[in-house]
Amino acid sequence: MSFLGKLSLDAIPFHEPILVFTMAAILIAAIVITALITKHKKWGVLWRDWITSVDHKRLGVMYIILALVMLFRGFSDAIMMRTQLALATSGAPGYLPPEHYDQIFTAHGVIMIIFMAMPFMVGLMNIILPLQIGARDVAFPFLNNLSFWLTASGAILINMSLVFGEFAKTGWVAYPPLSELTFSPGVGVDYYIWALQISGLGTLLTAVNFLATVIKMRAPGMTLMKMPIFTWTCTWANILIAASFPILTAMLTMLTLDRYLDFHFFTNELGGNAMMYINLFWAWGHPEVYILVLPAFGIFSEIISTFTGKRLFGYKSMVYASGAISILGFIVWLHHFFTMGSSANVNAFFGMATMVIAVPTGVKLFNWLFTIYRGRLRITVPVLWTLGFMVTFTIGGMTGVLLAIPGADYVLHNSLFLIAHFHNTIIGGAVFGYLAGFVFWFPKAMGFKLNEKWGKASFWCWLIGFFLAFMPLYVLGFLGMTRRLNHSNNPDWNIWLYIAAAGAVVIMFGIISQIIQLYVSFRDREALDDTTGDPWNGHTLEWATSSPPQVYNFATIPHIDDIDAWTDIKEKGQAYQGKASYSPIHMPKNTSAGVLMAASLTAFCFAMIWHIWWLAIVGLIGGIAIFIKRCYTSDVDYYIQPDEIAKIEAAYNSSGNKELKA
Amino acid sequence: MSTLSANLESANLESVSHDDHAHAHDHHDTSGDTVFGFWLYLMTDCLLFASFFATYAVLFMNTAGGVSGKDIFELDFVAVETAALLISSITFGFAMIAAQGQKKALTLTWLFITFCLGAVFISMEIYEFHHLIVNGHGPQHSAFLTSFFSLVGLHGLHVTAGLIWMTIMMIEVAKRGLGKATVTRLSCLSLFWHFLDIVWICVFTVVYLMGAM
Repeated sequence: MSFLGKLSLDAIPFHEPILVFTMAAILIAAIVITALITKHKKWGVLWRDWITSVDHKRLGVMYIILALVMLFRGFSDAIMMRTQLALATSGAPGYLPPEHYDQIFTAHGVIMIIFMAMPFMVGLMNIILPLQIGARDVAFPFLNNLSFWLTASGAILINMSLVFGEFAKTGWVAYPPLSELTFSPGVGVDYYIWALQISGLGTLLTAVNFLATVIKMRAPGMTLMKMPIFTWTCTWANILIAASFPILTAMLTMLTLDRYLDFHFFTNELGGNAMMYINLFWAWGHPEVYILVLPAFGIFSEIISTFTGKRLFGYKSMVYASGAISILGFIVWLHHFFTMGSSANVNAFFGMATMVIAVPTGVKLFNWLFTIYRGRLRITVPVLWTLGFMVTFTIGGMTGVLLAIPGADYVLHNSLFLIAHFHNTIIGGAVFGYLAGFVFWFPKAMGFKLNEKWGKASFWCWLIGFFLAFMPLYVLGFLGMTRRLNHSNNPDWNIWLYIAAAGAVVIMFGIISQIIQLYVSFRDREALDDTTGDPWNGHTLEWATSSPPQVYNFATIPHIDDIDAWTDIKEKGQAYQGKASYSPIHMPKNTSAGVLMAASLTAFCFAMIWHIWWLAIVGLIGGIAIFIKRCYTSDVDYYIQPDEIAKIEAAYNSSGNKELKA
Repeated sequence: MSTLSANLESANLESVSHDDHAHAHDHHDTSGDTVFGFWLYLMTDCLLFASFFATYAVLFMNTAGGVSGKDIFELDFVAVETAALLISSITFGFAMIAAQGQKKALTLTWLFITFCLGAVFISMEIYEFHHLIVNGHGPQHSAFLTSFFSLVGLHGLHVTAGLIWMTIMMIEVAKRGLGKATVTRLSCLSLFWHFLDIVWICVFTVVYLMGAM
């Protein structure tokens, strides 16, 4: 066995012009960023204030940056696929050979779900949830930093597959026996396994952390049924993560054993059972889509109630509906493989359980509509996203009920109808929600609002682009086109493939508008400055802090008497009232243990992928050693003194009061 | 110092108040959160085991013409193994009682006995695995053996991690005594150890007893 295992210069795909171009672009971008940071002497700031930070707000910002970078990567994959399919009609081969195209659709799925949607949701939760419950940080701040870096490690691994070797060609589900060593002998599936395994660990730790935070650290007076709705939906999502991600860990471990040690969990030979993988995959994978969408529902709820200036209609039914969706989400996994040989009764059970989910979801939709009813809805960018969601998601939900009928599923299984359906719910539900939350909470995180005009442009491009890109896929599904096709030869399909490609281009304009929006807003940040910490006349506690919030969040923890705690405080005239004296605040210190441990484990994973056994041992032992050392470090906290708090609070309260008088 | 302690009451990160603020260096007491968080983690670990159990239940009849549980399980041997682990749970309980009573030497003694019993368990398991592999019944030979080795091995890995953790805890107790943070860590390890015991009872029942019948 050589020093570098299976890794050699041949692993770098110099023969693929598209990949060489991508590598060059990444290299140039890396050089430019490095040069800029060096020129402005920001390395110290980056290390001290961000990379090693245990502050949930900064970690949240880093999660969202990661999500946006991976959105860029995942969308590049998407637009490549759409152009390939638009070019490769009527028997033409297009420009992407099958082995490359297969990697692209696999990477697109994995990246968009695991490395775009998940970090985006976890990022918003990080920034907002502790603020909403009146906490000064999460229960385990170091663990939070570690979780972020484990997620980032997974993202780094998946991007390394661009340069070294290949990515899986199995589709994002990596079903065996295709993903077994016999049929996928390359490193692609190994990249898949380790990238998911390490980021999955990060996600699991996040859920444990935030559940402990919500159970143990709510402000006095905040009973569970006084928690803001976003906190509630995140909590349901965290329960789902804690209950489903261990299944993913187990499943990936089994596939690892099959591939590395010749075990027979899912092989064709010696009694292995591939269906076991498929069951385990969806026992995780189906709750996963609810993990993505429930927090988005919470975001829409906050936005609708804030911008109508009303209380959320049916708060309790919203909480229970989220719970019902969470529980039902666990007993429907089989609807992903109706066609794979279960009996009619089993299929009928799972079909009906699936349809039932439409009921609590419908409850939510009506709650939003009733919240708007007789309110004064301010049509801002977050509200546009919410309205766009309500229309789009309803369509996605209805096609979902259609697919839940086993008979219909036999026709539509693995067709583009399915692709249209889940993009309809994930983009129209989860992604619209995160983008709405992004605009809504951007001033809270960054201290200035986002440009309204470019925000609206982005919304309309996304919405129109979405319908152009995905409605044709419903039609194509009915016309018999299956997913994962590299090229087609059916003249009836062509026009729809062209429209879908045009839709992807319109979405691209939406993303470009967002980049312009960020640039323009940053340029005009003085004018868009949020001085009060409460730019939208908000209802919940996150708006009771400055923007960006003080590092300790709350100088004194407020007592909570109402679901809309901040509205309550404002109505009682207690807003922006400083105190005569403050107590010292206890804060966790930043630590490099998280990033070093994640780096060590990344080395371990990379070494496992390439069979570099010595590095795997070093990486694993290094990671564990750093963790143990961190456990026995006693210098982990410090105090913020009262005079410093008084100074910060005085500045915040005076600008808040100025605004109140004006 | 007393004013600082009083201030801490309101300045604490969590909303629940705590009983002991006598030691200023023991500020920011989060032991309750730590144990609760660890308990949550154990629940996720439980689901990890559940997945392996489910897989075992699906695959255990797939012997591919090779051996089945009846042919390879030696219940007498496993009974001794089981006894070692179950008794180690009791001795860990004694260690915790000693730790609560701030009896350092006694805590260390019970921890050492627990460690020895755990080591006996792991040694016997390694012997069993080795015995099976040299007799041509390694995990590569059928789906049954694959799922058997994985489920039992997963538990064994956990016990091994517990033994490493216990070693570190013994060094900590010997060096630093039984401070609040140390007792909290011991409580987490004790949860972990009892949890592994419960899992083993399931393994013993589902894999060995039902398999040998």
